[in-house]
Amino acid sequence: MKRTDEYNLAELPDYLFGAGSIGFWGGIAFMLIEGMGFVLAIGAYFYLMTYERAWPPGSPPPPLFWATTGLVLVLLSEIPNILTSRCAKRQDKAGVQLWIVVTALAGVVLIVVRAFEFHAFNVRWDQNAYGSINWALLIMHHADLVTDFYDTVVLAVMVFAKPVDGRKFSDVDDNAVFWHFIVVTWVLVYAIVYWVPRWV
Amino acid sequence: MNAHDADSEMQLVRTWADKPGLVGWLSTTDHKRVGRRYLVTAMVFFALAGLMALVMRTQLAFPDGKLLDPDRYNQFFSMHGSVMMFLFAVPVMTAMGVYLVPLMLGSRAISFPRLNAFGYYMFLFGGITIFVAFALDAGPEAGWTAYVPLSSSDYSPGHRSDIWSQMINFTEVAALCVAAEVATQFMVTRAPGMRLDRIPLFVWAQVVTAFMVMFAMPSVMVASQFLQSDRQFGTHFFNPGEGGDPLLWQHLFWFFGHPEVYIIFIPALGMISSIVQTFARRPIFGYTAMVVAMVSIGFLSFGLWVHHMFATGLPPLGNSFYTAASMLIAIPSGVQIFCWIATLWLGRPRFATPLLFVLGFFALFVIGGLSGVMLASVPVDTQVHDTYFVVAHLHYVLIGGAVFPLIGAFYYWFPKFTGRMLSERAGKLNFWVLFVGMNLTFFPMHWLGLAGMPRRIYTWPAGLGWEWANLVATIGSYVIALGVLMFVGNVAWSLWRGEPAGTNPWDAPELEWATSSPPPPWNFTRVPVVDGRTPLWSDTPHEGLPGLRSDKREMLLTSIARAQPQARWGCPDPSIWPFLSAVALTIQFVWTIFDPWGWVWASIPMAIAMTVWFWPKKSEPSME
Repeated sequence: MKRTDEYNLAELPDYLFGAGSIGFWGGIAFMLIEGMGFVLAIGAYFYLMTYERAWPPGSPPPPLFWATTGLVLVLLSEIPNILTSRCAKRQDKAGVQLWIVVTALAGVVLIVVRAFEFHAFNVRWDQNAYGSINWALLIMHHADLVTDFYDTVVLAVMVFAKPVDGRKFSDVDDNAVFWHFIVVTWVLVYAIVYWVPRWV
Repeated sequence: MNAHDADSEMQLVRTWADKPGLVGWLSTTDHKRVGRRYLVTAMVFFALAGLMALVMRTQLAFPDGKLLDPDRYNQFFSMHGSVMMFLFAVPVMTAMGVYLVPLMLGSRAISFPRLNAFGYYMFLFGGITIFVAFALDAGPEAGWTAYVPLSSSDYSPGHRSDIWSQMINFTEVAALCVAAEVATQFMVTRAPGMRLDRIPLFVWAQVVTAFMVMFAMPSVMVASQFLQSDRQFGTHFFNPGEGGDPLLWQHLFWFFGHPEVYIIFIPALGMISSIVQTFARRPIFGYTAMVVAMVSIGFLSFGLWVHHMFATGLPPLGNSFYTAASMLIAIPSGVQIFCWIATLWLGRPRFATPLLFVLGFFALFVIGGLSGVMLASVPVDTQVHDTYFVVAHLHYVLIGGAVFPLIGAFYYWFPKFTGRMLSERAGKLNFWVLFVGMNLTFFPMHWLGLAGMPRRIYTWPAGLGWEWANLVATIGSYVIALGVLMFVGNVAWSLWRGEPAGTNPWDAPELEWATSSPPPPWNFTRVPVVDGRTPLWSDTPHEGLPGLRSDKREMLLTSIARAQPQARWGCPDPSIWPFLSAVALTIQFVWTIFDPWGWVWASIPMAIAMTVWFWPKKSEPSME
């Protein structure tokens, strides 16, 4: 290993991927914050559950069709997302342009499916605390989905409209990490909202 | 400095200059300018909340005080607590980090300069919102803890509690921005050679705080969103009639609220370590133990929240756990105190004003800690719950534990912030006035609490035996006000006529003292290289590494564990868009207090502002 004072800083690269870069840690920080929000809301879900004899109280469990469709699609959206990330790491501009557009389109489909999922949900938020906490979980997740979708769209426009250097590829890669977060939390929220009432 | 450095500095001046005029003022992303604004703004909020306390103490000096009616008094104590906690204590501590952490790590800039500016404006606008509301008789009225059902629409109709709840969102956005910046700064922007075991304790304190903010603040945001939605959309999170529970509020609030105390206190620990090290004139004793103690305080602070809820009838077994955890946290706190005492004992202490404030902290914090251990016991807590005993305890901990070290830190770093020394003579007098005032105000409150005086009452009748203690407390509060005025006077005088400070007036060992006072916008012309924990006391000082560009804003990224150079990173230019994004988000936050459609419509300008913010500019590296 070189001694610290032997480095010529001018020879260093001007971008990095992953854990060495600033954008990566910013993304990690925001995922920690959002993730903690989910942990607390899920904690509130189980806390409120202990106050009811039946869960859901006075209604059947929420319908599965649109929610499960969304789940399958969000898992499939990982394919273009991972390909976007791989192309970004290879600095393959054409590949990034293709797969980031596909990921963004997957986002459009997911938002539409979410609308159907909301419409099909069988309890209103103002019906009881069960309804309130379920809608809270769904809306929290939906806000993250819309945010990351918008971010993906802006990046997609950017990789077509502007020169793409190592730094931009690194940004695209960081955005792919946040999409993983959307997928993981989707699975978690789905399991809690749709399956906990069926298991308890 | 050689000729090459001189040329490079001339270019750095041009590269790192802010634009002129008001737009330039609003666009700056210099962490030192933003940090100074944070500090000044937080101190203004401190003064305003302090004035409110003075009015309340005036009312309580004698029986049957009628200066404020009950409704206005409710708003006064709710504002006092909320402003002190959300608009002063947390922001002022993080502001010290915003200013100092990049300098202490030898970095040219903060990790996310534009996010930093955005966070500051959110903090400022949040503060303005709540004060405007207060001026319009719509200030918060349910205490800084906003317990339901007191803050529910049944007992708090109108928009007072909505505005409080939205103020939480403003300040939490700001705090979370700083947390992300500091954590990132810690990971990848340290000076070459600054391994994990060489990082200044102040920076460790700031990073522990940053992670605590990320884990604790979401709780109060979730809670305040639930509250707002109960009030606005008819949800039932806290309504026991429909399966909700008021205690859910308390759990969520205190899961944030207890770590909050340590979010305020841990940065103070870092300040104390820097001050003790410099004025004991030797490296800090037990560095590793200090780091472990701070990290464990961070962890333990998340296991204490229920001790705020002992009077709510929770299961006794659970209470015992939280009693044990509350007592356990005294251990790492004790480790720190003993390490500082050992450092002073083994060193050659110089009793300048910053060290006096630290010694004052020892005395006050030990008293606050002892009453804390008493309150950790369920039977004692049940007896004195909601009395002035608790008011005494929390002020000893917060003023003794955080404000005294903070003022000591101002005396210590003021020369770096401004290039001028504060008056030492006035400083010492300032210390004694504040120390006496603090004890006069809050010590009698222990007795008042034991004598049964409840907190948050707007007046009290004669004949209860509370007369002398209330009068002494009120006299003390005016003495504190005098102390604060003396501090402000010292700052004003020193800015005008203070002795020039030079680069390192205290002969301190950490990197912020390696650059001029105040530092240039780029902080360091050459990147400092570190070979120990006290680089400026090194026998073999390194002149620093050249190689960062001077015609572009660049900073150095280094590896996480060993801090080896990894990359040059282009920093964003100044931009007006963080300010405009904060304006857009403020419009959204205020709009949604009155109309939920604000969440939809106001997100359009917000999205536009943020897109322009992130859109690459011609001057950025990728555009070359």
